[in-house]
Amino acid sequence: MTTDTHDITVTVNGTPYRRQVEARLLLSDFLRHDLLLAGTHVGCEHGVCGACTVLFDGAPVRSCLMFAAQVDDHAITTVEGLATDRDHLHPLQEAMRDCHGLQCGYCTPGILMTMKVFLDETPSPDEAQIREALSGNLCRCTGYQHIVEAVQLAAERLRG
Amino acid sequence: MNVVATRNFGAPIRRNEDARLLSGQALFVDDVELPGMLHAAFLRSNLAHARIRTIDVSAARAREGIVAVYTAEDLGDYWAPGPLLVPPPPIADTVFHPRTQVPLAKDKVRHVGEPLAVVLAQSRYLAEDALSDIAVELEPLPAVVDLEKAQTETAARVHDDVRGNVAARVRQNRGDYAAARARATHVVARRFHYDHGASSPIETRGVVANWDARADHLTIWDTTQAPVFLRNGLAGMLGLSERQVRVIAPFVGGGFGPKIMLFYPEEVVIPWAARKLNRPVKWIEDRLEHFFATTQERGQTHDAEIALAADGRILGVKDVFLHDTGAYNPYGLTVPINSQCTLLGPYVIPNYDSTFTAIFTNKPIVTPYRGAGRQHGVFVIERLLDIAAHELKIDRTEIRRRNLISPDAFPYNNEIIYQDFAPLSYDSGNYEPILDKALEMIGYDRFLAEEQPRLRAQGRHVGVGVACYVEGTGIGPYEGAKVQVQANGKVSVATGIGTQGQGHFTVFAQIVADQLGVEVRDVDVVTGDTDQFYWGAGTFASRGAVVAGNAVNEAAKVVRQKILKLAAEHFECAEEDLEIADGQVSVVGIPGQAVKLGALALKANPMRGAVRPGTEPGLESTQYFGPPGGATASGVHAMIVEVDPQTFTLEVLKYVVVHDCGTVINPLILAGQIHGGVAQGIGNAFYEQLVFDEEGQLLNASLADYLLPTALDVPHMEIAHTVTASPLNPLGIKGAGEAGAIPVGPVFAQAIEDALGLLERKIELNEIPLSPGRLFELTAKLR
Repeated sequence: MTTDTHDITVTVNGTPYRRQVEARLLLSDFLRHDLLLAGTHVGCEHGVCGACTVLFDGAPVRSCLMFAAQVDDHAITTVEGLATDRDHLHPLQEAMRDCHGLQCGYCTPGILMTMKVFLDETPSPDEAQIREALSGNLCRCTGYQHIVEAVQLAAERLRG
Repeated sequence: MNVVATRNFGAPIRRNEDARLLSGQALFVDDVELPGMLHAAFLRSNLAHARIRTIDVSAARAREGIVAVYTAEDLGDYWAPGPLLVPPPPIADTVFHPRTQVPLAKDKVRHVGEPLAVVLAQSRYLAEDALSDIAVELEPLPAVVDLEKAQTETAARVHDDVRGNVAARVRQNRGDYAAARARATHVVARRFHYDHGASSPIETRGVVANWDARADHLTIWDTTQAPVFLRNGLAGMLGLSERQVRVIAPFVGGGFGPKIMLFYPEEVVIPWAARKLNRPVKWIEDRLEHFFATTQERGQTHDAEIALAADGRILGVKDVFLHDTGAYNPYGLTVPINSQCTLLGPYVIPNYDSTFTAIFTNKPIVTPYRGAGRQHGVFVIERLLDIAAHELKIDRTEIRRRNLISPDAFPYNNEIIYQDFAPLSYDSGNYEPILDKALEMIGYDRFLAEEQPRLRAQGRHVGVGVACYVEGTGIGPYEGAKVQVQANGKVSVATGIGTQGQGHFTVFAQIVADQLGVEVRDVDVVTGDTDQFYWGAGTFASRGAVVAGNAVNEAAKVVRQKILKLAAEHFECAEEDLEIADGQVSVVGIPGQAVKLGALALKANPMRGAVRPGTEPGLESTQYFGPPGGATASGVHAMIVEVDPQTFTLEVLKYVVVHDCGTVINPLILAGQIHGGVAQGIGNAFYEQLVFDEEGQLLNASLADYLLPTALDVPHMEIAHTVTASPLNPLGIKGAGEAGAIPVGPVFAQAIEDALGLLERKIELNEIPLSPGRLFELTAKLR
């Protein structure tokens, strides 16, 4: 098979990258294995579990359902872009810790990226809205209850 | 003086591990990147049962970017069936035919997804390309799928030398059931079917192996729940010493049982290939593979009967059941033994006669998944009691209350053998207050007297379900821990178990923080690295906190003594005059007389001079703990549900869990364990089913078709605890990992029956999973 390649320029977490990628390279694999941003996790590779969710020009997308070539000239935000470092977490991350909103933590990056945008758009959500917004992300450990509580707490803190 | 403070033990402390996980900096197996690493892809059988005629890998080997392609033949003498992980417990007249999985199939394939060949390539993409180049000729054989047909003389055989596909047959007996039945005024006999599915952690399995030829050393990163066992086994297979192999189970994205299974074919093949090629090799299971290549649980069919006195007291239970063990049975009898034992529940059942037959089928391998067969047994006894209560016109909860083991009857010996080979003896318990609390929280009496009639008058179909259960937890053999004060004043803890989200980095730190007077965040816990801690069994059977937790406590206690002894020498005072707090040891009542733990740790390791004979360096201790038997946790779940009589979709209006797992280390983490268990129980009860056709093909092998519950399917849960400490370990704790998942099936069946008034119309829900479609079928005669 001859491999079709593309030269792409993409900004990830504010840093510009220029890379040559195979046409078939998934965005999730590009982020994880080419850019070594392994915080984005892959759970199903068919767009159901939501673990690989990243922001594409600010909107949540499943990076396992996109090709790296599609992000040419666009901006991506991953979980590594949410906080400057471990000691200065985003309020959503802090709330997840305070409410025990994660156990194994594997689905967590996708949930953080999905809920960040949700809270930007819905600063005062009720429980039903949170559950609806969360329902595209599968978590096998928590039963969701502590995640819902964390999103409520984060919303309160972000409103100030 | 020297009283150990318990300000951390029992407190809802935030987790130490979370900052790493939340910031995307925690290492999972697929995050391991090594120079020159190769990527593996496995060619898997697309038939459930077939003879292998030929496998031609020559075209694949010739493809650009392909480094190697191996079949069973290439493995040579390394090829061998895996070990039997759990031998059968010592039960008289047990029939047991162990047949274990192989690294790559030779001669025959026995389930869809069984690996036939492996490709090693420069990238996973290329490796998968090459799979299509491999020419395989399989001669299809009839698939063994149905448990009853499997036993007939004309049935095909999964293993040619195993007649009737009988993998095992075990009878356990207590008292005299026949005599009990003869005395009974009422007998209920029914057939039940309970199917448990795939654990489906969001992280699939993976293995990375790196052979360092200069050091003669192999490092393996693996998503295993049992790193020490994996290290020992691989060393043996590869002809290496255990010290030449390091297994690291880093952060693992959920396990729930199937990651305790070993040696998966990939775990055997990848390290071998890395050594042979002298290159690091990575294999990460994809989700499709996970549905075939990772073990699952599956169905049992029970023909059960219960003999009762007129007042609803249980005189005896008889149960004969079939258990689907899949194509191989490396985990022995654990799952069906758990079903057999856990059926007894919190009840006095003086006469019990239980026989199971485990059947080989051409389906993926069955090993424990959260609950590990306990669900099946709980479903049977709880349903028998529901039906008996209905027929005897006794309230469902009252029939349970009348049969509970009384609090003065412990230790309560059930006189049969449990999965850990010990007698099934409940260490402690107090069951009635749990039932009372659950009924109070769900508002049982008021619901039946007021709410349900009121809502029914509005045309709404609401019902309540209540189920009791026990869970044998915290079994042996043992775990160990090393606690060590570091020169920077922090404390390190290493233990041999792996962790998959249970919060070990925090709960073990809480135990140590109290003993050594340091902050929880200053205790650094390492799990799952065989170079950090050499010995151990693994994370399974709700045992991590119980067994490893107590080992951590014992080690911390010894370190505390060493600290006090050294500090007493330092200050030339009595140990009784010292206080350990805030990371230092101080002399009580003398301000300024204090030494930091880090400074003491340095002092405990002199670089020059002489020491007294017998002196051990450092402030450290390694201790082990092995309980005499499992600690039995217990609980009651209750639910109010509304059923849409047209679509049979459900809305859970209220869900209550009252649970007793002994002393609680961290209620926040415990709540998380319960929530997650219930969510998996709900999936099992109403959403998840592995659907195999007559040819052994799994028809729903994707997360779009095998439905894990979402945030919309799992309700808000209310949780309460009672505390009956276990006498079997110094901390008094019992395991809690599986409890949430165990009784959800019977709660659903009972509540849905109640909502739709099914028992009154002679319809019983005697199977799990249910689903909207299945409820529609089961209620056909209503229409």
